[in-house]
Amino acid sequence: MANLSKSNVPQFSVDVYQNEYLPEGAAEVNAIVTVTATGGGTTGGQPLSGAGNPAAAGVVIMVDCSGSMEYPPTKMRNARDATAVAVDALRDGTSFAIVAGTHVAREIYPADGGLAVASAATRHQAKQALRKLSAGGGTAIGTWLRLADKLLATSDVTIRHGILLTDGRNEHEKPEDLRDTLDACAGRFTCDARGVGTDWEVKELTGIASALLGSVDIVADPAGLAADFQAMMENAMGKEIADVALRLWTPQGSEIAFVKQVAPTVEDLTARRTEAGPRAGDYPTGSWGDESRDYHISVRVPPAEVGQERLAARVSLVLPAADGTAETLGQGLVRALWTDDMAASTRISPQVAHYTGQAELAQVIQQGLEARKAGDLDSATAKLGRAVQLASASGNEDTAKLLAKVVDVVDAASGTVRLKAKVADADEMTLETRSTKTVRVKK
Amino acid sequence: MAAQSDPTASTAPPAARPAPPLLCPDCGEPLEQTDRYCGGCGLNLAAPRTPEPRPAPAPAAGSMAPPATATATGPTAPDGPSPDETGSFVLAPPQGTQGDSDTLALGLVARLSDPREEESPAPAAGQAVCVACGVGGVDDDGYCEHCGHAQPRQRDHQEQELEGVAAVSDRGLRHHRNEDAFVVATASLPDGTPAVAAVVCDGVSTAHRPDDASAAASVAGGESLLAALERGTGAEEAMRGALLAAFDAVTALADEDDPAARPHHNAPACTCVSAVVTGPVFTVGWIGDSRAYWIPDDRSRPPARLTEDDSWAARMVAAGLMTEAEAYADARAHAITGWLGADAVEVDPHVAAFRPEGPGVIVVCTDGLWNYAESAAEMAEVVLPDARSRPLASARALLGVALDGGGHDNVTVAVLPFPATVSRAGIPSA
Repeated sequence: MANLSKSNVPQFSVDVYQNEYLPEGAAEVNAIVTVTATGGGTTGGQPLSGAGNPAAAGVVIMVDCSGSMEYPPTKMRNARDATAVAVDALRDGTSFAIVAGTHVAREIYPADGGLAVASAATRHQAKQALRKLSAGGGTAIGTWLRLADKLLATSDVTIRHGILLTDGRNEHEKPEDLRDTLDACAGRFTCDARGVGTDWEVKELTGIASALLGSVDIVADPAGLAADFQAMMENAMGKEIADVALRLWTPQGSEIAFVKQVAPTVEDLTARRTEAGPRAGDYPTGSWGDESRDYHISVRVPPAEVGQERLAARVSLVLPAADGTAETLGQGLVRALWTDDMAASTRISPQVAHYTGQAELAQVIQQGLEARKAGDLDSATAKLGRAVQLASASGNEDTAKLLAKVVDVVDAASGTVRLKAKVADADEMTLETRSTKTVRVKK
Repeated sequence: MAAQSDPTASTAPPAARPAPPLLCPDCGEPLEQTDRYCGGCGLNLAAPRTPEPRPAPAPAAGSMAPPATATATGPTAPDGPSPDETGSFVLAPPQGTQGDSDTLALGLVARLSDPREEESPAPAAGQAVCVACGVGGVDDDGYCEHCGHAQPRQRDHQEQELEGVAAVSDRGLRHHRNEDAFVVATASLPDGTPAVAAVVCDGVSTAHRPDDASAAASVAGGESLLAALERGTGAEEAMRGALLAAFDAVTALADEDDPAARPHHNAPACTCVSAVVTGPVFTVGWIGDSRAYWIPDDRSRPPARLTEDDSWAARMVAAGLMTEAEAYADARAHAITGWLGADAVEVDPHVAAFRPEGPGVIVVCTDGLWNYAESAAEMAEVVLPDARSRPLASARALLGVALDGGGHDNVTVAVLPFPATVSRAGIPSA
């Protein structure tokens, strides 16, 4: 397959892990597809050292300036400082802008309806402008995103990214307006979302990050903002290729049951399919730097006789071009093979098992917290107990630690837990926000 | 002439082709607009239409008929040098599937193509068409671009015939790949006597890479056997050496494996049986449960099974713990107790030499065949009477027996005529 000649485009490798042997009559094939992007000039752990092409990237930072940011006043100060750190992390040549968000969006730098190009001078000017930021007004996140989209569209950049910081609920806009905005912006730029404090809505922010293929996290203590912003900006600077799609081709009679990203976080992509030619569909994956992600693909196949072999799906990473063609960056095959050998067909792929567990972990945490809020303590105990069990069995220590702040773990192996009587809001929100974080399968 | 024929051609269609009311051009059965095949005679309606059906001009212009048809084909189908005879030949499509010689060169495509083989593939100009659905092309990975069906591979069905020996190997009906392998070869002893050999190996499917194991064993075994015979080594010793050479070849495969993955699977393994005819005797050697049978031409003489399985059932019977019927009814019957491979408990090559009284054939086969003709008498029944003069046909017929029986395993069978039917000694061949 062809490779882009540009040196900063990473190489994609696609590895498929599955048990392709199915018992007679079986009609479902599961596979974990590991996609790894390497090369592109980065140096592993140091994404800042001259990776990619800065001129190809544009970043808009959206800072919540609603009235609540003044309570306590450290919040606004920390947000200003964090944004300044993020601005310092901008590589020379990167296009950028800063938006102050309230019930309306206001471009505070460069404030000329477009993007500035990062240099020592523009970084300094941006930080000057940040000093004038003050809090006051409501929250209408959709307006911020629309402005970010408009600003990014003025510049000829291939990697378009947003960083959004908020401390409260999206109160001055109808939920459907936000949804419309997300629909309009999806695929036009990617966006990381951060919630500072504990007065924001987890579902709202996860929804934004999910729609815009970015990360979401909580920064319970405003003092932690600067480090987080720096990390986010470095991550954005490390991206080398945007708008990559996971393309799945299935033969006649087969169909995709679901497609989930399962590492680094769980993200169900099933509903985000766009048709790409006969029996093929594209699922968005956003932009890629030097990184590796895992996808769980489940295919419904027409059952075949023992001894038959079929292709269940062809998986490829593609870079769609404006003219409808697509550059294939890498591909793998999901196969189905019907056998009467029980030993072969009952073998469980360790990768599929692991990620099935990780997806369930995310789900039971969300259901458990939901039940806890609703006062259904039995159900909450059962769900969170199961979560503790799954987290412990799969070695997801970060999630296990977060769970331990919400429940008292009696026995992790059996999932026996007691709900804590008092749980800090920050702990509960952290668990909910990070519930989708997974660990990779142990080698 | 051409101008003359035009009016006849234009008048002929309404009479000859009652296409608007949609009748089958062959049998007159009424058709639906969407039909791809005639419901009456099964004619492929999608196939390129015959220019003008033969009967058409007959009533229209009696004496003009012969030239009319000849010229009518000219202008209406300028690219059709093929006479209408071939146009009505529904057998054309299979040629399309045979065109891709890299998948399968032999005539068994139809059987492998399973249920809908009747639906002849749509003509895809010059390129491989899926054997299963007949609609899609074949991608670089060997799968159909339409239905995803895996296409037959080289090893799915193999045949080879040399002077004096023939063998057939087939995937069978229930396994997804062929893990059997064979080698047939001839050589000449130092004194000019021809030696004809067949080596048949059956990969152990619970082991890793069984197909590679059987291929490696058969090649190494065959080479070692003939090389030793050419050097003048005695047949029995050469046979023993060949089994050990095959053993080493399979053992070596285990070293190629990723050590990290090793605990998760058994080392590559296979069985091996071979027979070599040298002058008035033939020698059989084996490890595992692949077998050799002696079937005399004179069926009034008793046929014989020449090998003793290294299997659980055989051991039970040999130890007197069970009757043959009981032992073979047990689920463990086919568990083998001897094999070639890195994790074999012991290497115990069995070798036996025979000096038959009359002519006959040696049938060397895997359990994919003998499961359907276990005893020597049963085997003798299914071997063609003229097997000695037609070894390949006989091997194919035996494959047919296994497939008719259900084809639950890979089937490999070699037929060796005795005495060797090599026409002239001293002509070594491949």
